Amino acid sequence: MDLRALGESLVAMLENVGIPHGWVLLINWILGAVILLGVALLLAIFLIWFERKIAGRVQDRLGPNRVGPYGLIQPFADALKLLTKEDITPDKADRITYNLAPIIAVFHIIMLFAVIPFADKVVGANINVGILYLMAFGALGAMAMLMAGWASRNKYALLGGFRVVAQLLSYEIPVGLAMLTVVLMRGSMNLNAIAQGQGGLFGLGWYVWILPAVFIMYFVAALAEGERAPFDLLEAESEIVAGYNIEYSAMKFAWFYLAFFLNTWVLSAVAVTLFFGGWQGPFAAQIPALGVVYFFIKVFIMFFVFAWVRATFPRLRIDQMMSFCWKVLVPMGLALFLAVAIILKLGLPSAVTYALLFVVNIVILVVTLKLLGNYTRDLPKNKNKRLFAPELPRL
Amino acid sequence: MVGQILFIIIAAFTLLMGLGTVVARNLFHAALFLVGVFFGIAALFILLEAEFLAMAQIIIYIGAIATLIVFAIMLSKGMMGREAGAYNKQWYFAGGAMIFFFGLLSWLLVKMPFAATNASVPDDAIQQIGSGFVGHYVVPFEVASVLLLVALVGAIMLARERN
Repeated sequence: MDLRALGESLVAMLENVGIPHGWVLLINWILGAVILLGVALLLAIFLIWFERKIAGRVQDRLGPNRVGPYGLIQPFADALKLLTKEDITPDKADRITYNLAPIIAVFHIIMLFAVIPFADKVVGANINVGILYLMAFGALGAMAMLMAGWASRNKYALLGGFRVVAQLLSYEIPVGLAMLTVVLMRGSMNLNAIAQGQGGLFGLGWYVWILPAVFIMYFVAALAEGERAPFDLLEAESEIVAGYNIEYSAMKFAWFYLAFFLNTWVLSAVAVTLFFGGWQGPFAAQIPALGVVYFFIKVFIMFFVFAWVRATFPRLRIDQMMSFCWKVLVPMGLALFLAVAIILKLGLPSAVTYALLFVVNIVILVVTLKLLGNYTRDLPKNKNKRLFAPELPRL
Repeated sequence: MVGQILFIIIAAFTLLMGLGTVVARNLFHAALFLVGVFFGIAALFILLEAEFLAMAQIIIYIGAIATLIVFAIMLSKGMMGREAGAYNKQWYFAGGAMIFFFGLLSWLLVKMPFAATNASVPDDAIQQIGSGFVGHYVVPFEVASVLLLVALVGAIMLARERN
């Protein structure tokens, strides 16, 4: 089954009916968008069950197990419960902004689905600036949460909003640097081209083997971008109650919840596309439908790791989190970017280049870990010295 | 046909958001309207098949500048939720300057012979922009980045604790 051919046959059919070409394209695009939207929303419901089940098992619990087989129907029950709950808007809230924030939070994630290559050429929009697109619409998330925090007129929500900007803007830099390094390797910003460039038998062409340090940097920064533990300072219950979404109830809260899970899924999908060969696998080039299967398997393994980390690690302090980004990840990312750019410019044979890239990655990783280790050893001396001490705004 | 309808919708949206930016009595709302304007402009770039410009527009103007503006409003004392008047005593100066610049820009747009071709956008447009940045236009590009670096250092110097 070729998904591309399916779309083309539909275009031909509509044109035979006598609809002008421009309108046919528009209908085709809207149809594609609706299909992607449906996939995304169904996925979110399944992801909530998946994550809760993993968290349960990791923490020696059973997880959802009452509604349906293995508790599979539990998210539907939860969604129904949220639908029937009272929808409360705070009295002093800024109504339009308050109602717009959850919509934008979900909208910007679903927009990201457009450029993810599910299989060879099975992409919503195969644009040449795929990486930039991911960065651009990823940045909209901070805006949505800022709007939510401001419009609620609640001091905890506002503090959550401040943290959003600090955290998401800071961690966008290591994520961007990791993406840039992969773009250097492939020489293209097209996500499908990046996935295509990682062929080779048994996944030997995956960039994770050549750029392990870049992948680790991406993974750590993605944990923060996805607001997941140990970086979930945005909604730290023990400090700011629930952060930006404290005043939201019923379905509006559910939208934020949905955005959270879809965001993690998209981050996993990007990790798979950039570092684990995307849809690459045995016979995936001949049968695109097989590529979809490989892609989903890889993304769910990646999502499992994200959920595993979330269920395992305790939360960091905000100053630790900020200094970790600016003093560890950003310098590491810059060093990696520079090293990769220089090595690729040397013009050595490809086997030597790959070996050199791998060695440099390991060296930079070891140096970073060594410096971090030294810092932790000296920590008792620096105990009272806060690295990043923001003054609380007067509200 | 479809393109024209889309253009009219997007242009109307952009103008509406621009009007909102100017007349909103709440600064935070004005900033959000400004985000709408940037979004409309990005959509116009997409309509012109200038994907790179559209994405750069969203990253820089919405992801960085608008967020910074909103943040500055949030951190300024007494700015949150205050309804400020749209006019103050200097409105006629501002109006005069606005009319002057509007006239100047309209005159320029009418008089300037823009080189327009019917050729479609080349496939390697991004590669051309990239090699332009580090090739032919390397000096202005580097000067701009040094300027940004100076601004960054300056901002840190201004904001650091004095003792």
